[in-house]
Amino acid sequence: MIAGTLLRRIATRGAAVGGRLPSVNAARYFSSNATFDVEGSFETHMLDTAPETTVECSKEELLEMFELMYTMRRMEITCDNEYKARNIRGFCHLYDGQEAVATGINAAFDPEDSWITSYRCHCVALARGGSVSSVVGELFGNIDGYSRGKGGSMHFYNKANYFFGGAGIVGAQVPVGAGSAFANKYKSKPGEKMNVSVACFGDGAANQGQIWEAANMCNLWNLPMIFCIENNRYGMGTSIDRHSSIQDYYKMGNEIPGLRIDGMNVLAVKEGMRFAKEYCGSGNGPMYVEMMTYRYHGHSMSDPGTTYRNRDEIAFTRSTKDPLEFVKKCLVDAEFMTADEIKDMEKKIRKDVQKEVLKAKESPVPPHEELFKHIFATNLEPRSGGIEYPPHIRMPNYENSFWIDGKKE
Amino acid sequence: MMLSSLRIAERRLPILGQQVVRRAFHQTVQRNSAGAAAATADETREMNLFTAVNQAMDIALASDPTAIIFGEDVAFGGVFRCTQGLAEKYGKDRVFNTPLSENGIAGFAIGHASVGGTAIGEIQFADYIFPAFDQIVNEMAKFRYRSGNQWNCGNVVLRAPCGAVGHGGHYHSQSPEAYLAHTPGLVVVMPRSPKTAKGLLLSSIRSPDPVVFLEPKALYRTAVEPVPTGDYELPLGQAEVMRSGSDVTIVGWGGHLKVLEEACDMAHGLHGISCELIDLQTILPWDVDTVVESVQKTGKLVVSHEAPLTCGFGAEVVATLQEHCFLSLEAPIQRICGLDTPFPLVFEKYYIPNALKNLDAITNVMDYGR
Ligand SMILES: Cc1ncc(C[n+]2csc(CCOP(=O)(O)OP(=O)(O)O)c2C)c(N)n1
Ligand SMILES: [Mg+2]
Repeated sequence: MIAGTLLRRIATRGAAVGGRLPSVNAARYFSSNATFDVEGSFETHMLDTAPETTVECSKEELLEMFELMYTMRRMEITCDNEYKARNIRGFCHLYDGQEAVATGINAAFDPEDSWITSYRCHCVALARGGSVSSVVGELFGNIDGYSRGKGGSMHFYNKANYFFGGAGIVGAQVPVGAGSAFANKYKSKPGEKMNVSVACFGDGAANQGQIWEAANMCNLWNLPMIFCIENNRYGMGTSIDRHSSIQDYYKMGNEIPGLRIDGMNVLAVKEGMRFAKEYCGSGNGPMYVEMMTYRYHGHSMSDPGTTYRNRDEIAFTRSTKDPLEFVKKCLVDAEFMTADEIKDMEKKIRKDVQKEVLKAKESPVPPHEELFKHIFATNLEPRSGGIEYPPHIRMPNYENSFWIDGKKE
Repeated sequence: MMLSSLRIAERRLPILGQQVVRRAFHQTVQRNSAGAAAATADETREMNLFTAVNQAMDIALASDPTAIIFGEDVAFGGVFRCTQGLAEKYGKDRVFNTPLSENGIAGFAIGHASVGGTAIGEIQFADYIFPAFDQIVNEMAKFRYRSGNQWNCGNVVLRAPCGAVGHGGHYHSQSPEAYLAHTPGLVVVMPRSPKTAKGLLLSSIRSPDPVVFLEPKALYRTAVEPVPTGDYELPLGQAEVMRSGSDVTIVGWGGHLKVLEEACDMAHGLHGISCELIDLQTILPWDVDTVVESVQKTGKLVVSHEAPLTCGFGAEVVATLQEHCFLSLEAPIQRICGLDTPFPLVFEKYYIPNALKNLDAITNVMDYGR
């Protein structure tokens, strides 16, 4: 069976709907569940169990996923345009094509599960509770941006939702994820499921030395850690067959069990991650998860993305595997929405994104003091008398110092 | 000049192994002076900095069959096109992409170089040299010393684009020369222009000590000047007096010299101050004598660099200079540097030690005590 086909649909008409035909508005009151087939979306390594081959999904949930994914898509396209209009400067890595990965992980996760990722983090920030205006505002370098405009594209964080952010250094997020997994284990109550940590990284990052170090620690100490490789088949301009001796990334953890997931299928991602969370959260140790995905844009804004891969490959992926087209098809097949209703919704989201971008543009640049804030716990205030910045770093501990009166005690 | 600055080091640090270092540099200087002489006879062509760097590597590959180039995406020319065309010309077994493994790249370079190969590695941005720091500091820089001169990896050059570009943010802007310069055994070079880049890179590739070669990436396309098309070397460990003057000595390196030239122009145009501008070129080991000589003449010194102030290499220059020029100094030495903040995104223009800040320092030392 083709992955993602609708198996059955259990519909219950809400009382509020009465006898009216479902319209866009009425659809909101129309609650129903559907079961989708995701067989063929998984491959496992060193595992006795596997994710389910069917996924049950309510209309609300599928709609929510679609809404999030389409917002991601529109936001990234808007970023592209704003970059070309020179309103966004610097380094900027877009996520379009990979939306199902962040969306599916989010759907499987509790808010208290920890999440850390690479620089390709605009959309994880959205999934983890950010608004379009705070993401785009950060890219504009404005004070209402996600990180007060101080970081830019690679720097989004949301402490309230255990989002540890983007990381500019390839691979650096992974050992940090291991530490947060340890913290999750440490603070869990006996007999209860642990919260898990996921560290997302690319196929290129997968061979950074520090990832092996983290993998060993997590396996040695049985940490609830998910190593999530977003395999979009390229690390900048180098394809996986040229930069990695192993291309079955889900097997890379050797002893660590692995799971490969069709990362263009948001339902499979959700089910696979549910399975991984269940496995790791129950004290079975870490898991390697490989998401088979694709980025439509180039690596960053300076990369047209067409010199090391051909246009046919991009077009083929877009036309046969697009994660958004997939969700839309699920919505229609389950009779959750008609094609027209989806179009209306898309129109609304496009408008919302535009509004959010306008809102972000109204935000001012950060005030100058921000430059000296948040370097140390205590802010470094500019000195009076014209010196811009105090030329010290650390004060001696006078109480413990034997230099105080020039002699040792 | 190089030798006498090492003599200073020797006097202060009478340790074993200093002898070795001196011999190594002695050789470089000799060959380099011959190379530099040959260069003057060369034809020149207008080119930008990345083309000059590309030419240097082209010459290295052509003249040295053991030379290889490797790094992330270098087979396609690299992010800044520095290795453009070299894989096609010399083959994929000599110019090849590595996985995303900086520590691996640095260690791999040591291995190839230690058996006589010439290893030209690229770290895609200087900001990513930190994952390779262990190999550079603990393995590369000390191989000769810790093996009692049995092994060395002098044939290593690690190139890395550094410095501000206007919008690079935290991880595409840093200048890590001071971290590296804290490492005896390592040579740290930063050229200021296409012509110096080519000559210094060729010297670095042929130097008997491992070199980290930091290229000011803002200049890759924007700096254009006539560059000799042939093979030439510029001496390592030697500063260049770019402009001679009588009132104030200004010391800098790398792309930042553009800013300092501007400051010198303003100082002269507005106040008639005559600045002597020195490009250190090699950060480690640095040319103490040239700077001392200049400060003994002018009595005033401004040191300026893009990296943060605290523990920047400027601090080293200042400490050494006050020791050698104490009685010649007519004003406190000024350091005009990047701020002690992480490299900022939206605040880059405040962070940068721009021409006005430098002009301020120049007029301050001129007015001191008046
Ligand atoms: C340590 C380090 N080296 C190099 C870079 C430059 N760089 C940024 S992203 C990238 C490619 C990463 O590819 P991959 O891990 O597959 O992630 P993707 O971009 O495909 O999401 C490189 C080389 C960096 N940021 N950090
Ligand atoms: Mg990738």
